[in-house]
Amino acid sequence: MENRKTAWERLQLVHTKGRPTVRDLIPQIFTDFYEMHGDRAFGDDKAIIGGIARLGGTPVTIVAEVKGRDIDENKACNFAMPHPEGYRKALRLAKQAEKFRRPLICFIDTPGAFCGVAAEERGQGEAIARNIAEFMTLRTPIISIVLGEGGSGGALALGVCDELAMLENAEYSVLSPRGFASILWKDASREQEASEIMKITAEDMVALGVAETIIEEPLGGAHNDLDKISENIKEYLSQKIPEKCKKDIDVLLKERYTKFRKIGEFTE
Amino acid sequence: MFEDLFNVVKKRFNDGEEEYKPPMFKCPRCQGTSPLSRYEELHRVCPLCGYHGRLSAAERIQITVDKDSFCELDKDMVSGDPLSFPEYPEKQQELREVTGLNDAVITGTAAIKGSKTVIGVMDSRYMMGSMGSVVGEKITRAFEYATENHLPVIMFTASGGARMQEGIVSLMQMAKTSGAVKLHSDAGGLYIAVMTDPTTGGVTASFASLGDIIIAEPKVLIGFAGRRVIESTIRQRLPEDFQLAEFMHEHGFVDMITDRKKMRSTLSHLLKLHGYAAEDKEV
Ligand SMILES: [Zn+2]
Repeated sequence: MENRKTAWERLQLVHTKGRPTVRDLIPQIFTDFYEMHGDRAFGDDKAIIGGIARLGGTPVTIVAEVKGRDIDENKACNFAMPHPEGYRKALRLAKQAEKFRRPLICFIDTPGAFCGVAAEERGQGEAIARNIAEFMTLRTPIISIVLGEGGSGGALALGVCDELAMLENAEYSVLSPRGFASILWKDASREQEASEIMKITAEDMVALGVAETIIEEPLGGAHNDLDKISENIKEYLSQKIPEKCKKDIDVLLKERYTKFRKIGEFTE
Repeated sequence: MFEDLFNVVKKRFNDGEEEYKPPMFKCPRCQGTSPLSRYEELHRVCPLCGYHGRLSAAERIQITVDKDSFCELDKDMVSGDPLSFPEYPEKQQELREVTGLNDAVITGTAAIKGSKTVIGVMDSRYMMGSMGSVVGEKITRAFEYATENHLPVIMFTASGGARMQEGIVSLMQMAKTSGAVKLHSDAGGLYIAVMTDPTTGGVTASFASLGDIIIAEPKVLIGFAGRRVIESTIRQRLPEDFQLAEFMHEHGFVDMITDRKKMRSTLSHLLKLHGYAAEDKEV
């Protein structure tokens, strides 16, 4: 499998109408999904859903950023841009997964954490930081999959894991190429140029040690065949989850820490 | 770079006759002007509103730790160029010459009124204190060193967020540093974060927000998203005090707001309250 599409072409694919969202994928991959709501402190953020389900025979916890499939769904889920209570709901469910020794599966698909007054008032920075730190030592296996957009800290809040997989056309970046162009070159219209320079593709993530696996998409993109993309994700999870569950948890945690610990380029 | 830090109102001529006008400091918070000498005398605190201006890492260390106690760690670490980003190495070389820094953070060990601690100080003159490989690695090592040696950590944060030129590698430094903070915390170590102007973006969303105790200097900017980003999202002007230390304190994300002149004694008290006693140097 070799993907010859440019980062820019893939970004267009990720934004194609009909690209499967996690709501399309969950019923295809899992059974007995029970959605859980709220962070037990402020409210229930619709940009992140979570719950318990079965993967084959194994009970798992799912936490996922949700894109809308139409404008109404998008309004309801705030275009997949979570507020702090969304990240805190994710953490609550993650802790529950740890308690009941269920593996945690995170689906990442967000342009980024929401930038707004209420988000700042409720501690967007703290909520993301807390998740990152807590996920690092969560005593249960964590697998994260970037479905489409992995936007910045808003993605990383569900991205500290034992293994990260990217759908073939998904991207993961420190900032949207548009934001990047506007900050660095004061010219948002240079977003295509930014997308090529930023190293945001699945192959880039594997090369930089950020991701371990690329999940193949059906010809032309995930929107062309929901059954096929679901099957590919399910196959990946069905292989990885037992593999991680078999490992001694202290070894797993050490490897998780090391995975992130070694990213960076410097000389001394 | 220094022009970004404080605006100096330049000397002017009056009717051909030169009238001496001392250099002035214009405060970014209250917009008031006062003599630059006065502002400097107060260690860069606005005499009119109490805004705590930006210090270099060296200045911060000098007013915070015991004389001659600072011992720098990882002094020579310099950044690579993980994205092969155009002109990134050149820009860094230039900044190294201008600032005398190798990157945006200095870390080391020091004593504060006798109590030994690991300390990290960010410097916003170096690419706005942005976090790339070197900042991430040095902060991570500082926490790891503290964990191994059973020492507390004090971090003075000042950052515009991620180092754009390092892309996703910069984002991953958030995970790296936060992980090291978590292990230090799990081992029972004390971590005091001191948020200084400005503490935003990826640094707010990682190690800065994870202190056991979070102190902020008065009127400094603290937030996740940039003010302009939010204004363009909501299409409204935000109130003046939005994302200032006082706002974060009001909303429960900062434990205390502490004047610069009381910072050293506050830190010393907090260290001693956690059992990090002054070391007897004679022994
Ligand atoms: Zn002022």
